[in-house]
Amino acid sequence: MRWLLLKDLQILRRSPLLVALLVAYPIFVSLLIGFAISGGPDKPRVAFYNGVPAGESTFTVGGEERDASTFADQLFDAVEPLRVSSRAAAIEKVESGEALGALIVPPDAAEKLRSSLSLAGAPERPAIEVIYNGEDPVKRRFVESTIEARLAEANQALSGEITKIGADYLDILLEGGTIDLFLREFDVLGLERSEQILREEAARLPEGPRRDQLERVAQFAGIAVDNLDLSDAILASIGQPVVVKQTVLDGADTALDSFAVAVAVTVSLMFVTVLLAAGMLALEREEHAFGRLVRGLVSRLALLAEKVLLAALCAFVLGVVMVAALSAFVGIAWSQAPLWLLALALGALAFGGLGVAVGGLAREVRAASLLAFLLSLPIAFLALVPSGTVATTLYDVIQAISAAFPFKPTLEALDRTLNDTGQAVAGPLLHLVALAAAYLAIARLALRRFG
Amino acid sequence: MIAARDVTKRYGARDALRSVSFSAPAGERLAVIGPNGAGKTTLLSILAGIVEPTSGSVEGAGIGWVPQQPAVYGKLSVRENLLLFARLEKVGDARGAVDRALEQTGLAERAGDELSTLSGGNRQRVNIAIGLLADPPVLLLDEPSSALDPRHRQRVWTFLDRLASEGTTIVFATHDLAEAARHADRVLVLADGELLFGGTPGELETAVGESGDPVDFEAAFVAYLKERGH
Repeated sequence: MRWLLLKDLQILRRSPLLVALLVAYPIFVSLLIGFAISGGPDKPRVAFYNGVPAGESTFTVGGEERDASTFADQLFDAVEPLRVSSRAAAIEKVESGEALGALIVPPDAAEKLRSSLSLAGAPERPAIEVIYNGEDPVKRRFVESTIEARLAEANQALSGEITKIGADYLDILLEGGTIDLFLREFDVLGLERSEQILREEAARLPEGPRRDQLERVAQFAGIAVDNLDLSDAILASIGQPVVVKQTVLDGADTALDSFAVAVAVTVSLMFVTVLLAAGMLALEREEHAFGRLVRGLVSRLALLAEKVLLAALCAFVLGVVMVAALSAFVGIAWSQAPLWLLALALGALAFGGLGVAVGGLAREVRAASLLAFLLSLPIAFLALVPSGTVATTLYDVIQAISAAFPFKPTLEALDRTLNDTGQAVAGPLLHLVALAAAYLAIARLALRRFG
Repeated sequence: MIAARDVTKRYGARDALRSVSFSAPAGERLAVIGPNGAGKTTLLSILAGIVEPTSGSVEGAGIGWVPQQPAVYGKLSVRENLLLFARLEKVGDARGAVDRALEQTGLAERAGDELSTLSGGNRQRVNIAIGLLADPPVLLLDEPSSALDPRHRQRVWTFLDRLASEGTTIVFATHDLAEAARHADRVLVLADGELLFGGTPGELETAVGESGDPVDFEAAFVAYLKERGH
């Protein structure tokens, strides 16, 4: 077997273009998939027209001055603003495709905000105009949801401010204190002290209708104190009626970037191993050497094992290099190195088994490569389908199909070890051993049928 | 020597070989002739141990095999190909055997050339050289001269004739009746998996001559097969 292995390595060494493609293509594809999974689009460019005159973006809530531009900054964390000087210019940016959307703040926005917060007359709420470019539905949806989410956050922040100020007022009404109103400072007695004074005064009065009336007023003040005491909690509930508590049940809370590393390495491992094993086995047939080899020089099983070993060895080296390179950008659990090296090795062997099964079915290198390629991509995509995105029955079918191929267990094993998720890794590793053996048996049968 | 006893091979419902028996002693040159699909390659593959017979048996040890298509690696040099198969054959002195095979087949000057750069004829010579590496007592060749020009063909046959004279049994399949008549001591005629004839080229000529024009041996041979339902 060692001479065959050396022979194949010699052939690979003399096929630099093939090796370059075999290495570069999966890395390219895996990085693309990794990026696609780990993040949404970059900050979308949004045309921004602020019609509010300079210096007029402030408003006062409960005597405290706020600047509306601080709320806009939150939005610009998620989008790249293209500042323009008019509404027409903003629309032009969207129409030309330079911006994916436009956010237009009308000149009277700050005035309307001030008016609505003054609670005087019939306040009109300010309206911000958002214009989308529907050319790309995916990007449009992203821009739409980003802007909506950020505006909701800004609204909530504003509402929080008002709620807080309202709660402060109620505290003063309850406990007493000073408030600023119309540029003057007022001293407020507070309901608690009012009740106390009223009860003291009522106690000094003789029995009679006047004392009864005073006690009724004191009783009202007491009820008001008891109920207004709950006002902070009630106002907090109005500001944020539902509090979100997050718990991860199944799987791990791996960061997307770290998960993308596991995906990228698994995809590369799959492409290199399956294509190489399938191609090198088919090459024995294409060069007519298969018949010569299996007539006593080497057993069919040994020939298959050699191809699996060759492909797994090459892919393993590539996988280790990829992990090392990616660790410069994303944290890798180096303490788990023995385990993720084992996961890489077993994953490569299982993919190698799949490769020789494919190669056993094809007679030519081109046919084997095409078959390997056509098979690999759907396997990867199926394994990445998350639960809840398709019907339950279909998801069960996808799970069953994924379990028959090495992609999913390899990804699980690599994610659990590279990212040290704390989950058991024995299951996926044993799964890979079983798949490697099963595919080797299938390849042996395929050779009997077609060899 | 090599011998086949009642060798039968079935592929599904089709009989590729039907109870074929023969033997060839040391030093004999045996030609297997017949039309396309007669079963020549199947018989040689069974003799070489590549294909299992459905029934029957083969006797013979140390059989060298030269397939119809050059079974060599295009990305390796002539020497690397020979060395690889010498090692796989577990030949004692692999490098010595390679040098000898290169010398025997006249490929010494091309030893460092990559196989993919050689002509079809030279590839076939490498193919034959690989079959000779283990110095086998029996050499099976499936249409050994089909890809060669007359000069190389002559060279190969001179070499094979010499091997036979030194005691190597040569069994070869061919379409070329003249080649069989010239280089075989005995001829087996196969048609549709059935062994129709076994004898010397002279005996075949006599049998065929009774079936047609004795001047045009090929036409007479076709008539001979037709008479027997093939």
